[in-house]
Amino acid sequence: MSSTTDSSESQDASLVRISDLHYSRGAKPIFRGLDFAVPRGQVTTILGPSGTGKTTLLKMIGGQLKPSKGSITVDGKNVAKLGRRDLYALRKRMGMLFQSGALLTDLSVFDNVAFPLREHTDLPESLISHLVLMRLHAVGLRGASELYPAELSGGMARRAALARALVFDPMMIMYDEPFTGQDPISMGVLLTLIRTVNQALGLTSLMVSHDLAEALSISDYVVIISEGVVVEAGTPDELHNSDSAWTQQFLSGSPDGPVPFQLSAPDYAEQLLAGVSR
Amino acid sequence: MNSRAIEILVGIFMLLFLAAMLVLAMRVSNLTGIGSGAGYSLVAHYDNIGGLKEGAPVAASGVRVGQVESIAYIPDDYSARVSLRIDGEFEGAFPEDTTASIYTAGLLGEQYVGLEAGAEDDALADGDEITLTQSAIVLERLIGQVLFSQSGSQ
Amino acid sequence: MDRIARFGRFWLNALERTGRAHLFLARMLGALPSLLVRFPLLVRQLYATGVMTLSIVLVSGLFVGMVLALQGFNLLEGFGAESALGQAVALTLVRELGPVVTGLLFAGRAGSAMTAEIGLMKATEQLSGLEMMAVDPFRRVYAPRFFAGFLALPMLAAMFSAVGVYGGYLVGVEVLGVDAGAYWANMQSSVAFMEDVGKGLIKACVFGFVVSWIAVFEGADCIPTSEGVSSATTRTVVYSSLAVLGLDFVLTAIMF
Repeated sequence: MSSTTDSSESQDASLVRISDLHYSRGAKPIFRGLDFAVPRGQVTTILGPSGTGKTTLLKMIGGQLKPSKGSITVDGKNVAKLGRRDLYALRKRMGMLFQSGALLTDLSVFDNVAFPLREHTDLPESLISHLVLMRLHAVGLRGASELYPAELSGGMARRAALARALVFDPMMIMYDEPFTGQDPISMGVLLTLIRTVNQALGLTSLMVSHDLAEALSISDYVVIISEGVVVEAGTPDELHNSDSAWTQQFLSGSPDGPVPFQLSAPDYAEQLLAGVSR
Repeated sequence: MNSRAIEILVGIFMLLFLAAMLVLAMRVSNLTGIGSGAGYSLVAHYDNIGGLKEGAPVAASGVRVGQVESIAYIPDDYSARVSLRIDGEFEGAFPEDTTASIYTAGLLGEQYVGLEAGAEDDALADGDEITLTQSAIVLERLIGQVLFSQSGSQ
Repeated sequence: MDRIARFGRFWLNALERTGRAHLFLARMLGALPSLLVRFPLLVRQLYATGVMTLSIVLVSGLFVGMVLALQGFNLLEGFGAESALGQAVALTLVRELGPVVTGLLFAGRAGSAMTAEIGLMKATEQLSGLEMMAVDPFRRVYAPRFFAGFLALPMLAAMFSAVGVYGGYLVGVEVLGVDAGAYWANMQSSVAFMEDVGKGLIKACVFGFVVSWIAVFEGADCIPTSEGVSSATTRTVVYSSLAVLGLDFVLTAIMF
């Protein structure tokens, strides 16, 4: 697996490759040998029950956390091994959309979208204004450019954040739970946006979600993780036809199955009796 | 709050700080006097200077004419050497037989050097020594003397 | 046995946090040169820390000066030494109360605001967002706040003392009838600029350094929930107040 750092690898079909990833938070293991690849130019969704470390995974791909074992390569570069300068150079080519949007609250929407340009380039203000308005138009928020983040609805904040993530023409964009807490209309808007942005700009999209139906409807490739390992990976159709009991339970959302309703606990009758005697 | 208003307010803040420093330097402390180099200095020796400090005022007839520049102990004759810096406008104002005494302002107040002009024609110049001096009155010693003289008279 | 283990864990945690705070400080100081290029960031934070704390500092300074004159007058009158009021007020303000009270007010007003703001930025993923945009939060968020706090506190302390001296004048001279000339002349003859004013400002600089450090670190190190932010804010006020009072004793012992 050490050959994944070869530059020739960067020409292959997958943009992100995760191999034998281990990570634990305190004593609790989060990943125990995660293995999968994210194909270029497609929408990939990572599905999994809450608390499986999906957001942690995105942070590791962005280099904010380091794995305790295994490697993550993005465009042929091992993220954990990069120096700060190289890591920052790589991050400029990644966009990330946080759950809350993560807009800077003391700047207007326009300034938020312009922020990465002003931080990293010396472009003249007229050109910045052009680029920003173009992105804002693409997400339908050109009219909101003078508003402040506190004045936006959750869906609008996410769209503004998407405009900001796109302003540098990244090679990939990561979405952290983009549909959580959205009403049906803004959910639909976001779904369409994610899909069209992926196609129009030819970038790679990686999304973590637990909103099953929505995620499946726009994904080309789905990875299901649970308890730190990949349970199943494939196209949405392949998953629907999967014969794994676990996958079927997850897709149908039934309360009991391979994932038990009860957390493992001492025998119920025994515990009740013990409670009486105490 | 736009950035122009913020810049102006921070500018005002800076000006207020400068004004405060000016007050602290000119009004509260004696920055103007110390080490300004203006004026001339005289030297006086005392057996005991009491609580006199550097920067203490030098007054003639109650009017401030300078300040104490430095204080040093001279082991040779067991005395304190006090250097007085007199303001330039009082150049030549003090005759050679001027007396320099250490007084206390009020009962427990600050100690200062009081100059009393004599009758000689020649004036003291820069670096001259004032030979007529009177040490500080130490309260304990004074009380002791009073008690001693009273017990002696009985 | 359990208690000993808990005691040990407490100290290990404290030690670890101290270590983290120092690494944090080192990275913050490393980011200072970049501030010269981004002067507007510093100006903005000087506004947030200095200008926003100005009114409370000026009002407190005035009242502290007035109270000092009142108390000092009553005390000095007993010795017939009212003329020494100016020096009593000025020395107390310039050496002690100016830096210390300003430090405490600053911790309560600007320090807590700094912690809360950074903590909220962390809770709302703004800091992660900056990192993912390849923007270093140390340069963009922490260093400007830290440095602005470090600069603002001595400035505020100087203004506090200056206003306090006039507060003392107001009560001592205008109300209680101390001679105005004696008030100022006594003050001038006993307050030395470098010895008293300068050392007081050195104290204020140390307080500014420590309070800003605590405030920024607590914000960046907090647990990113509303509970975590509020407890971090409380910690900032408590720790910085203790640090100001403790350091004041140490500095007074060393310098005066």
